[in-house]
This record gives sequence, C-alpha cells and structure tokens, in this order.
Amino acid sequence: MRGFVSDFGPTAALSMESCVHCGRCADACQFYVQTGDPRYTPIHKIAPFRQAYAREVGPFAMFYRLLGLARKVTADELTKWQDLIYDSCNMCGRCSLICPMGIDIADLVEKARHGMYRAGLAPSDYLGLLAEKEQATGSPFGLSTTKFREMLNAIADQHGVAMHVDEATADIVPTVSSIDLKTYPGSMAAIAKILNHMGESWTFRTDGFDADNVSLTAGDRDGQRKTTLGIVQAAASCGAKTLLMPECGHAFTEMRWEAANAFGKPLPFRVMQITEFLAEGLADGRIRVKTVKQRATYHDACQISRRGGATAGPRIILEALGVDLHETEDTGDSNWCCGGGGGVALINRAAPLRKKAFEIKQRQIEATGMETVYTSCSGCRQTLDHGGKAAQWNKTVGSLLELVADSLRP
Amino acid sequence: MTLLDFARGPGLQGAWLIMVAGTAWRVSGILLLRQRSHLAAPRIGFAGRVRVGLATVFTRFVPRRTFWPRIAVSVGLSSTFHLGLAVIVLGGAPHILLIHQFFWLTWPNLPKGLVAIVSGVTLASMIALLFRRIYHPVLRLLSKADDYLSWLLVFLPVLTGILLSGETIASYSTWLTMHILSVELMMVWLPFGKLLHVKLAFFGRAAMGMNFARKGAAT
Repeated sequence: MRGFVSDFGPTAALSMESCVHCGRCADACQFYVQTGDPRYTPIHKIAPFRQAYAREVGPFAMFYRLLGLARKVTADELTKWQDLIYDSCNMCGRCSLICPMGIDIADLVEKARHGMYRAGLAPSDYLGLLAEKEQATGSPFGLSTTKFREMLNAIADQHGVAMHVDEATADIVPTVSSIDLKTYPGSMAAIAKILNHMGESWTFRTDGFDADNVSLTAGDRDGQRKTTLGIVQAAASCGAKTLLMPECGHAFTEMRWEAANAFGKPLPFRVMQITEFLAEGLADGRIRVKTVKQRATYHDACQISRRGGATAGPRIILEALGVDLHETEDTGDSNWCCGGGGGVALINRAAPLRKKAFEIKQRQIEATGMETVYTSCSGCRQTLDHGGKAAQWNKTVGSLLELVADSLRP
Repeated sequence: MTLLDFARGPGLQGAWLIMVAGTAWRVSGILLLRQRSHLAAPRIGFAGRVRVGLATVFTRFVPRRTFWPRIAVSVGLSSTFHLGLAVIVLGGAPHILLIHQFFWLTWPNLPKGLVAIVSGVTLASMIALLFRRIYHPVLRLLSKADDYLSWLLVFLPVLTGILLSGETIASYSTWLTMHILSVELMMVWLPFGKLLHVKLAFFGRAAMGMNFARKGAAT
C-alpha cells in the first residue's frame, strides 16, 4: 500500500481528502442505479485505498498511525474489494462528472487497480490472464508479429486493398484494438482503404500494433508502460508524424494523455483518435464521401468523449455523411456507459452485472426508434452486439470507421 | 471571568488559532506534494485551463441534466441548507456587525423576520439531511463518526442562533454564550474533518477543471 500511495500528487491527494459523503456518485453509476446495491457507490469502491492514503501519506498520517485511527490494509482484506474495483467499474467517469467536490473517482479506481494488481488480485478469469499475455507478447491474445502480418495480408487479399506493413518510413502509423483483431477485422481493411484514398504515406508496424492496453485496465503499470512505449518506439522509428488510435476507448486516453509521461518527453508525433482524424480529413476535403441515406443513433465511448475530449468528431463525420442522427436522451459527454468498458467485458463472472448495467443504454437506444446505432469503440461495439442479441434487437450495430470506408467516393 | 467573557476572549482566540493553523497544515500537506508532470500536448494553453478551472468552481453547483432526476432531493436539501446558512451569516445584522468588527467591511442587513424564516427553513433542512443520512442505504454505508459530528457542530450554532434571536427558554446572555461556544467548537473541528470542504471544494473543482481542460474533457 505504501507503494500505491507514494506517488500521489496534489490532485490525487485532494481527491482522497475531499469526499463529503454526499452519495451523489452512486446516482451517476450504472451499477448502483440498476441494482440498488449501495456497495457500488463509486467512492465506496476505493475505501481501503482512502484508508491507506490517510494512514501513510495524508497531512495527519502520523496521528492516524500513532492513535490507531486507521488500520493497515492487508492483502487479505483487499480480496473483499476485488469485485467492487474491477467487476463493477468501467472507469467511465460519470461519477467524476457529478461529484460536487471535483473528485476524479474514475482515476482513483484506475490507481486502486495498481495496488490490486500488485497484490495479485486482478481477476484471473480472464482480465489478469490477458494482461500477463500482453506483457509477455505485446498482444493480449498472444498474437505474434508474424500472425499479425499474415492477418493483414489475408485482409488485403479478401478486401482488395493495398496494405502497407513494416515500411521503413511513413507519415501515418495506424494501430488496432485486440477486439478488432479477434472480432472485427474489417476495421483494418477500412483503415487501409481510407488512407489509400487520401494518398497518405502510411504503414502498420508489427512491432507496435495492438493498442488495447489491457494491462492498463488490469492495473499492471509495468505492462501498461511496456505496451505504450512499444507502440511509441514503433511509430517514432519510422518517422511517423501521426499515430492513429483505433476504435478503442482506453487505447486513446492512454496514448493521447499518458504516453508522453511514460516516454519522458513530448511525443514526436500527433496522436489522434480515428474519429478525430476522419473528421479532420472530411472537413478539409482529403476524404470524399457519398451521402448515406440513413437514420441512426450514436453511442459515445466514455474514454473518447467524456474523458478524452473527442466528442465532436463523430458528429462531424455523421453530418458529412448525411446521416440523419437521432441522439439518445443522454448523449455526448453525458452519456451512460454501455457497461463493457474498463476491462469489465473481460471478467466472466461479471457478465450478469454487466448485462444489468447495459440495460440503461439499451432503453435509451430503443427510445430513439432507430434501427442502426453507430459507435467508434470496438469494446462498446462488442457490448452492444452481445447486449443487443440478448435483448433480441433487430438493430444493426455499426462502426463509424467502416461506415466512412464503405462510403468513399472515388 | 464569566463563560461569556471566555467565549468572547481566549475561547475565540484559541479557536481561530486552531482553525487557521490546522487548515494551513492540512491544505499545505495536500498542495505541496510533488506535482506530476503532464507532457502530452494540451488542447488549450495555460490561460485557457485557468479559465476553465475557475469556471468549474461555479458550474459544479448546478449538476448536468443527465443526473437531475435522481439527485433532485439531495441537491434541493443541500442547496436549501447552504443558501440558508449564507443568508443567516451574511444577511443577519449581528453577523454583519461582527464581520465589521474584524474586517471593517459592512453592508445592509436583511430584515430580522426574513432571517428568522430562513433560519427555520435551514434548521428543517438540516434535520431532513440527518434523517436522509441515517436512512438512505448509500449514505448509511458511507457515513462515519465525522459525518454526524460535523452535522452536530453546524446544527448547534443554527439552533442556538435561533434561540438567541428569539430570546426564549433561557436568557439572552446564556444563548449568546452557547452560540459563540458552539461556533468555536465548529471552528476547532473544521480543519480536521469534512467541514474543510469549505476550502477543499474550491481547490478540488478548480484542479479538476484545469486538468480536464487540458484534455478537452467534460467538466
């Protein structure tokens, strides 16, 4: 625990000190709202870590220890908090947005997971397992660079696109999400189509391709750093000017907002979420699209919109495509999480809870009356697909990236 | 020396000293921790981040529409209590006189009758807040001794202030003594528990606003 709290700065310390126990964070959280279980109150999820902070690092730490005002938190005790810190938190940030004291609770949960991982408490079925594989191989599913190269070549053949792999120099390096690799390989064809359409110099790099960073959501700081720096080095080594983050929430926030800290200096290239890149390309005419006569709604990925500051891009893209967009009641920065993010989709025992959390999103999408819902996060896409199947939807869940690729004008 | 003399003299001086020293210790213990570096290219410059940080101090008073249905009672009761307290402290004639004594500032007071009504509403909101804290499952889970102590240390000044103003049940000087002592108790505890949110709320909101503005994230 000392290790966990020792690198706290003023903002994290303020967060630990400031809670007035108003309970409003519970009302922002899909897990509490759907179950009524007060244990899912966001600030409660990190209670042992607040105790550790007060005892080890807080302004009155000496008195807490001398007078026994806070016990030392043991690894055994932390076991009881595993499901609160992992299964019932997407790190979606709705709680951070409601907190009247300005506490970034989602960030505190991410920090708490560092302590949990070090205590060997990342859920092994199967988030922890994927994090271990990612540390060892660079890919959560253990996909080797050879396998990735083979996949890309197969996609190139199947879709009739020119694929660039491991070029020595390139202006743009796109990355992928492990979910795309497993479930939505069409996204790689889509990236290739669009970049070729734009006439850009680009390449996938097999030494830095999977940006999912499962290690981040598991709480493995070493793995997180290793995955991030692998991609940074791959992009830097070919002189990239832009690193493209895939349709993945945490991949974006990690690379855009944390990678430079791991690198030790500002990154030598721009980091863009794919929707930011597409919006820019549509706005300046480098990407030319046909009008899509469609009515649809849109699901924001929490890490891209609310937490990542990239809310505008999808709307620019949908408008450029001429899609008749019907937003959900709570949308954009205020949206409800789909329930799958933050590694929760990778915890098998959390499936029933995740399903309950998803029902809010389900109701809001159904209320729009739209038959198509787009998103720009493969994690959300998968959650919407699974949730929609369970709800027996007749709706189509689509990727914004693939929609643009399918709508390109010659 | 009577108890009132003590309350107005050494009691007040001691309470001020503890409040100021304790607050300085706790706030500096937080703010002087090593700041971590942020090397990612920010979406807006420093001046813009400061602007958003300061704005967040105020925008956090009004929650987003997405949260409203579920927190209407919490916000309603809490706002009634806080606004009521502000009206009593800043609008009541005796308090304005006290502030003038120490800080040479003054302004017109509100009519005594209005302050009396607001005081009653404030007291009622405090009782409702206490019931909520005891019976709401989330608040019951979160609440510790400090939550109830802090409630009591604010309730007593409001209650004794009402009784003092009404000059009822006991003498004026008894209630005055009780009122001043109860405020001094609150001042002594203020730096050590959740009552310090009077300062921390502003730091926390501003820090969040500045940090989130760097990312263009929602505040």
